[in-house]
Amino acid sequence: MSMLELRQVSKVYGRGAAEVRALDQVTMSVDEGAMVAVMGPSGSGKSTLLTIAGSLEEPTLGEVRVRGADLAEMSRNDKARLRRRTIGYVFQDYNLLPGLTAAENVSLPLELDGLPGRKARAAGLAALAELGLAERAERYPDELSGGERQRVAIARAVVGERRLLLADEPSGALDSANAEAVMRLVHEACKNRGKAAVVVTHDAQLASWADRVVFLRDGRIADQTAPASGPESLLAPGRPQ
Amino acid sequence: MSVRHALLALLSEGPKYGLQLREEFEARTGEVWPLNVGQVYTTLQRLERDGLVESEGADEGPQKAFQITSSGAVELAHWLRTPPDLSSPPRDELVMKVLVAIRLPDTNVHDVIQDHRRYLVQLMQEWTRIKEGGAAGDLNLALAVDAELFRLDSVVRWLDSADARLRRAAAEGNVQQATAPLPKQRRRIGARG
Repeated sequence: MSMLELRQVSKVYGRGAAEVRALDQVTMSVDEGAMVAVMGPSGSGKSTLLTIAGSLEEPTLGEVRVRGADLAEMSRNDKARLRRRTIGYVFQDYNLLPGLTAAENVSLPLELDGLPGRKARAAGLAALAELGLAERAERYPDELSGGERQRVAIARAVVGERRLLLADEPSGALDSANAEAVMRLVHEACKNRGKAAVVVTHDAQLASWADRVVFLRDGRIADQTAPASGPESLLAPGRPQ
Repeated sequence: MSVRHALLALLSEGPKYGLQLREEFEARTGEVWPLNVGQVYTTLQRLERDGLVESEGADEGPQKAFQITSSGAVELAHWLRTPPDLSSPPRDELVMKVLVAIRLPDTNVHDVIQDHRRYLVQLMQEWTRIKEGGAAGDLNLALAVDAELFRLDSVVRWLDSADARLRRAAAEGNVQQATAPLPKQRRRIGARG
């Protein structure tokens, strides 16, 4: 089933001579269990695509559907609920609240959604444990390393029943080992738990964790990789060295 | 990849048979570099001829065990610290393709760049799947695959930078004339010896 669908989505900022077309008739679909990476130079529309997919911004033209529901037909309350329950966001600067512990940061969206404190906390601790952070649960963000903070942000994005993960340069400031760990987690959340993810990155090594890589250029989808042919082709005898 | 020195390294742990060497070579390189048994025996023969290994046991066949000699150990230590040949080939094929594409009238160089970028990213996806599928503790595999990923990544980054440089040049009306000669071959930087 399609978790996210963009149909002919355009986004125009400004008017007349100052008009900037950030997205130009973008059509793409991300199925449950799929991880899609979006690559492109700065200014190609990557971040705009993500904010529109996450209902943080409205398209000028076109249709956005999350789990089949058209965002344009939703009330403000419906959209707020969608953002709390279905969509998880991960940004480069983590966006953790400094006055809350790791566990409180992760369970906050569930509490805001009306889940009783004890249940929200249990779900938060489970998400942290899954990302290897059980022992850091009572630490505050400034007591955690960059890699740990980003893992907390991912735990918060996948906690509860959230199904669509949207990440903008999620491993921006991390070293390569931590960046790989973050991408591995996102990929496992998709493969093993049926989540869908869209990850914006300029880094080909990180993008290569995705099932499909979409290349944006001047607000348009310029190209995308073919479905994976599987690793066997690389190890076949007779491969040119 | 120096099969010769890889075999010396394996023999530095103790005497081994040919088939055993092949299995261990593949296991330690994460099976990223397949090696056929003929290659193993030919290499062992040459190593023996050069006095770097010696054999014992049966004259021929799989019952023959090999062990490293003291000059073999010296050669191995020397090889480990010798820089590999990192000079680029005289004319890198991908660089040539991009340079040629700039000049061809009916060819969009950015499309050519994108074709190669897509191909490289697909290759990187396949390598990443291998790394992902490997056992968590398989260090040899992770190291060998990372080397491939970094190498491919550097080519993608060159394409990105070439793409941006060409767009900037076009915006400034500064695209090279089709009549300008291709760059001459430069001195080989980093060539060994």
